[in-house]
Amino acid sequence: MSDTILSLKGVEKHFGSFRALGPVDLDLRAGERLGIIGPNGSGKTTLINCITGVYRPDKGSVHFQGRDISHIEAHKRARLGISRSFQIPRPFTGMTVLENLLVPLDYCHVDGSKEERARTVLASVGLSGRISDPSEKLTQLELRKLELARALVGNPKVLIADEAMAGLSEEEIDEVLAILFALNTSGVAVIMIEHIMHAVMRFSERIVCFETGRLIASGTSSEIAENPLVQKVYFGE
Amino acid sequence: MRKTSILFVAGIVIVLALGFLLPWTVRNPFYFFVGYVVLQYVTIATGWNILGGYAGYINFGAAGFFGAGVYLSAFLFTTFGLPLPLCILAAAVFGAVLGLLMGYLTLRIQGVYFAIATLGLVVVLETIVHNISALGGASGMAVYGPKPPAWSPGPSQYNFTIMLVIAVAAVSLARFVEISWIGRGLRAVRASEDAAECSGVPTLRLKLLACALSGAVLAAAGAPYPFYTSFVEPVTAFSLIIGLNAIAMPLIGGTKSWVGPVLGALLLASVQQIATVTISSELNILFVGLVLIAFVAFAPGGLSDLFGRRQGRAKS
Repeated sequence: MSDTILSLKGVEKHFGSFRALGPVDLDLRAGERLGIIGPNGSGKTTLINCITGVYRPDKGSVHFQGRDISHIEAHKRARLGISRSFQIPRPFTGMTVLENLLVPLDYCHVDGSKEERARTVLASVGLSGRISDPSEKLTQLELRKLELARALVGNPKVLIADEAMAGLSEEEIDEVLAILFALNTSGVAVIMIEHIMHAVMRFSERIVCFETGRLIASGTSSEIAENPLVQKVYFGE
Repeated sequence: MRKTSILFVAGIVIVLALGFLLPWTVRNPFYFFVGYVVLQYVTIATGWNILGGYAGYINFGAAGFFGAGVYLSAFLFTTFGLPLPLCILAAAVFGAVLGLLMGYLTLRIQGVYFAIATLGLVVVLETIVHNISALGGASGMAVYGPKPPAWSPGPSQYNFTIMLVIAVAAVSLARFVEISWIGRGLRAVRASEDAAECSGVPTLRLKLLACALSGAVLAAAGAPYPFYTSFVEPVTAFSLIIGLNAIAMPLIGGTKSWVGPVLGALLLASVQQIATVTISSELNILFVGLVLIAFVAFAPGGLSDLFGRRQGRAKS
């Protein structure tokens, strides 16, 4: 497919004799909203780590914009345009909210003032009022927003949101979803990994389901909801 | 230039002016003899904090860098007659290279494993020096320092002024690192290395840079030591007390800012010197232990954090 931005070919990851992932073949189109679901331990986070460069795949390859990035370090992949948020928020403690965004900006090119860029992104996620506060003082929702803002500030082409809504109330989930939709509208492809099914169903154009490290189903929200393999994974025989 | 930077530069100018003028106004050389040790620890604590404080990598090998600086300087001076400033510069360069080497070998491991690996550096270097006869081996070597220049009234005063210049340079370097993109990156590494790496921060390269800068400062701190004592031997040059103080002083003063190591070193080194003169030199290490336990228990963020919180409360 010509508009494929990210492509995984036969990616496998082992920890000792345990195969945590693969082999996985997966494509992401530019500007697509892809949902990834699966029970705990199904390999979702391992998959993200292979995409972002935290792990190197033992087999297979990861291609970004047609270039093999399998052996490229994580920080270089981030600069290429693959960005992520973490399952458990990891703010840069000891820094203000603004400084948290200046860290990635120190290592990427943006037009105009970096501080202005950081302020604009913080405003877009609703953190304008917290710019000078230490990141330790943020609420759970604000931490999630900070994670997203930090991932967005370098103008990524792909954003991977790893359980960005875990532990949030329904209203807060709506807020985060609105941020992700707005981002996607601006052309960024979003991979959402989530256990909150109604959020994934609402957000994703396409959903893939993983079990024991393998991709077992792919389709639209309704196709996935009716897929017997997915039903078996979530509800048993 | 920002207001804080102007204040910092003004402070540096005042401190340096005092460093050159005091030797002509205070007649007792003993104060300069003691002041040298305090300034030496300001430099050591500041150097250690670049890697240990900003990046959060606890380095137990400070004595290794210090000792390397001591011996390189002593060797260059006695063998080639190099002037003291060049000996210090050479020690700093050697410390930076040693730091890079240590970093390259150890930075892929974290936490306690990194700490143990750095401790190994001290043992390795001390053993090497023990077995090189050109460096005096286990017996040590005598170093007769240069004659003080005309602008200094005596050797103690001269050593003091030289150490003050090194300490000022070290603190200035630490402050530059802290307020620049380097410091921001290192603090991100300290908070979460994975998150920093995934934000585009080249974590390994930054840590190597921190190792090199830290090593350079620690080795430079050791360079004038042979001229201060006129004799060097491996046990003192690679002393565990140096490594312990290098960690304790920033922890007591606070590791987040350049102010912390300076405060911690001024406090602890002064107390140690007073204890040495009034009670016993052997009590030094006991003081370090007691003060460290007290701070870890009651003020884990150190003195600067304690003052910061007080100021914050007063403002609110």
